[in-house]
Amino acid sequence: MLYRETGQFKSDYAADQQLFPIRQDRIAIIALLAVAFLGIPLAAATPGIAGAIDFNYWFNGVLIPFLIFSLAALGLNILTGYAGLLSLGTAAFMAVGAFAAYNFELRVPGIPMLLSFVLAGCVAALVGLVFGLPSLRIRGFYLAVATLAAQFFVVWALTKFAWFSNYSTSGVITAQKIVVFGWVVDTPVKRYLLVLAVVCVMALAAKNLVRGAIGRAWMAVRDMDVAAEVVGIPIVRTKLLAFAISSFYCGVAGALYAFAYLGTVEPAGFELDLSFRILFMIIIGGVGSILGSFLGAAFIVLLPIFLDLSANAIEHTFGLALPSGLASNLTLIIFGALIVFFLVVEPLGLARLWQIGKEKLRLWPFPH
Amino acid sequence: MSLKFGKALLGLAVLAAGGAQAQNEQFIPMSGYWVGPYAAGGSGIFGGYIDYVNMLNARDGGINGVKLTYEKCETEYNNARGVECYERTKKRGPTGASLVMPLSTGITYSLIDKGTADHIPIVSIGYGRTDASDGRVFPWIFPLITNYWSQNTAKIKFIASKEGGLDKLKGKKIVNIYHDSAYGKETIPVLDAQAAKYGFQVTHIPVAHPGNEQQAQWLQIRQIKPDWVILRGWGVMNPTALKAAAKVGFPRNKMVGVWWSGAEEDVIPAGDAAKGFYAAAFNVSGSNYPVIKDIEKNVYSKGKGEMEDHSRVGSIYYNRGVVFGIVTAEAIRTAQEQFGKGKPMTGDQIRWGLEHLNIDDKKLKQLGATGFMQALKVSCMDHEGGGAVKFLQWDGNKWNTVTDWVNSDQSIVRPMIEESAAKYAKEKGITPRDCSKEG
Repeated sequence: MLYRETGQFKSDYAADQQLFPIRQDRIAIIALLAVAFLGIPLAAATPGIAGAIDFNYWFNGVLIPFLIFSLAALGLNILTGYAGLLSLGTAAFMAVGAFAAYNFELRVPGIPMLLSFVLAGCVAALVGLVFGLPSLRIRGFYLAVATLAAQFFVVWALTKFAWFSNYSTSGVITAQKIVVFGWVVDTPVKRYLLVLAVVCVMALAAKNLVRGAIGRAWMAVRDMDVAAEVVGIPIVRTKLLAFAISSFYCGVAGALYAFAYLGTVEPAGFELDLSFRILFMIIIGGVGSILGSFLGAAFIVLLPIFLDLSANAIEHTFGLALPSGLASNLTLIIFGALIVFFLVVEPLGLARLWQIGKEKLRLWPFPH
Repeated sequence: MSLKFGKALLGLAVLAAGGAQAQNEQFIPMSGYWVGPYAAGGSGIFGGYIDYVNMLNARDGGINGVKLTYEKCETEYNNARGVECYERTKKRGPTGASLVMPLSTGITYSLIDKGTADHIPIVSIGYGRTDASDGRVFPWIFPLITNYWSQNTAKIKFIASKEGGLDKLKGKKIVNIYHDSAYGKETIPVLDAQAAKYGFQVTHIPVAHPGNEQQAQWLQIRQIKPDWVILRGWGVMNPTALKAAAKVGFPRNKMVGVWWSGAEEDVIPAGDAAKGFYAAAFNVSGSNYPVIKDIEKNVYSKGKGEMEDHSRVGSIYYNRGVVFGIVTAEAIRTAQEQFGKGKPMTGDQIRWGLEHLNIDDKKLKQLGATGFMQALKVSCMDHEGGGAVKFLQWDGNKWNTVTDWVNSDQSIVRPMIEESAAKYAKEKGITPRDCSKEG
């Protein structure tokens, strides 16, 4: 009833090709952006509301990591979801971005922060390009193994060559202060806004990329590369471009991870484990979907926190003292069970569930 | 997404309602790990820590009548989760988190800026950022008791004592087999400095994480024929190294480990191959100390207690947690003596307490921890406070203490710490405090 597009006529191509062709979607997305950009920061600045909800926790502990992981998942989704190239090197490309941004800030005096983020993304793109070369010959699991090499090589190189961490004995880097056009980003709400802005711009770019010629070429290669080659899609360029752009996204995500989230990072923080987590995000969220990257990141980042909090809440309200470790292990068990459940019930991920929901809503409340 | 936010909010609300605060409480966050590959360390240490806190509540009614409360949070040894736990618990209790013990070098690094901004002391005992021992640059960071560099100089002293004096080190060959990570690499510069000073030869051999394959490294060690091997291991790397040493016939009583290779969990999997192995320690094992007996009496005999496996009480990890508890409680007590007994302390006040912490031998006796941990005196200049270690030897069943406290060589360590801290200060634009002006 609410979600029905009857009466919305498109009179030109531009209207038909816009990002969100259905009016309700446009309203929803504008409302969501308004809440994210204005509503939440304003609420955090209102003393009455800020007293009731711990906004610093929400920014630092939940929203910023969620946005950064969304961006990384988006990067991986471009490569794996759209171009069909399985990668296990996401964390490595994030590490390249983080360390590159640090070194640009350190060694180029007066470089603007946003420029060093972009350059960090470019460095990650170059590294991605190099490790993408095997994709020209191998596919599937074998390619995953080749990207695994990127994962181990990058972490090893960052540990081995002290230059990357400016000869710090422990190999840990400390992010410099973030200043964007004279705007000092030093509070959680400012960091949140910076991350949000970067993520929105890059998500918009990604959305447009995948529905344009490049995206179609990626999908053609994904679905059958021989056929794609026959119809005249340059395979080499398409695959390498996917690696470069995907790594660019991961690199920027890594730079934000170091600068806007943790503040200090070490190479060991970008282990294979992190790559897997991001891979799970797109599997659960939806392979080959921009929205899916966000849903998957939300699921993986928020669910353990929610389960941990619930376990605590149960202990407190019922006065139970659960044996130590039980709550933590239960969290892992429930988390694993939910992942299996989702994969069985909806292998195309949360994004597909969302789509089914929308189709149902279109007919609701009259099924015919 | 919004549904999940709502649910999480609901969880928070329930939590806030359930944990309604009495005002005379001091909150301590317990962000540790009870699952994952390092759970043996996390559960043991936090078990001891929580049991000590509960024992204080049961025996003394807290600290000068201020009850100690805590909340567990699972970090899985993961930086992102650690930060989330920190943010979640930092405002609990009437005065917020007293101090944070992250029990992970990675999380410690992530919290340096945050703790400094939020005025919450970050305490890392036996891990964390070594150069934070310079309290002028790191007012909020306390790598207490012993850092890796201090420990390393004590190790060389220990080796010298076995060889018959520091002058006997000349021409000796030492191999440093290390976990190839930020943690493992940290002692390379201090070993090189000592090698130059005492004239021994040192070879650094890395082992890739996790370290369950060391064939090549030990063949290399066999070729070098070193007099001593320093094992800077972590997790599964330790028993593997001991077994590999047995295989190539390197005597285990010529191997000295860091304290992260000196717990029961590190040697038992190696079986007989571990016999004779030495490890450095800033706390000893065993339950024959008054403080452990008090825990038994006030916690376990009442059917409570954190350890499901009661035999772990008195193990190295468990006792290390008790040391964490003692340091926390004494910092709060010191702060109360300055700012008002029987009141909950804020982060600022506890920072003062930590910086003026003075656990001398008399105090140790009072606490029932003589010989259990070393005397500790912290100052604005020196956020380490102790610097000594004992050496333990594994006899196949238990760790035996074989030395008294071996002091570190601060003439080597301190200049390196100051140099590194000064570099950090310059990079971050921090003006170091003037310690003569601190009260």
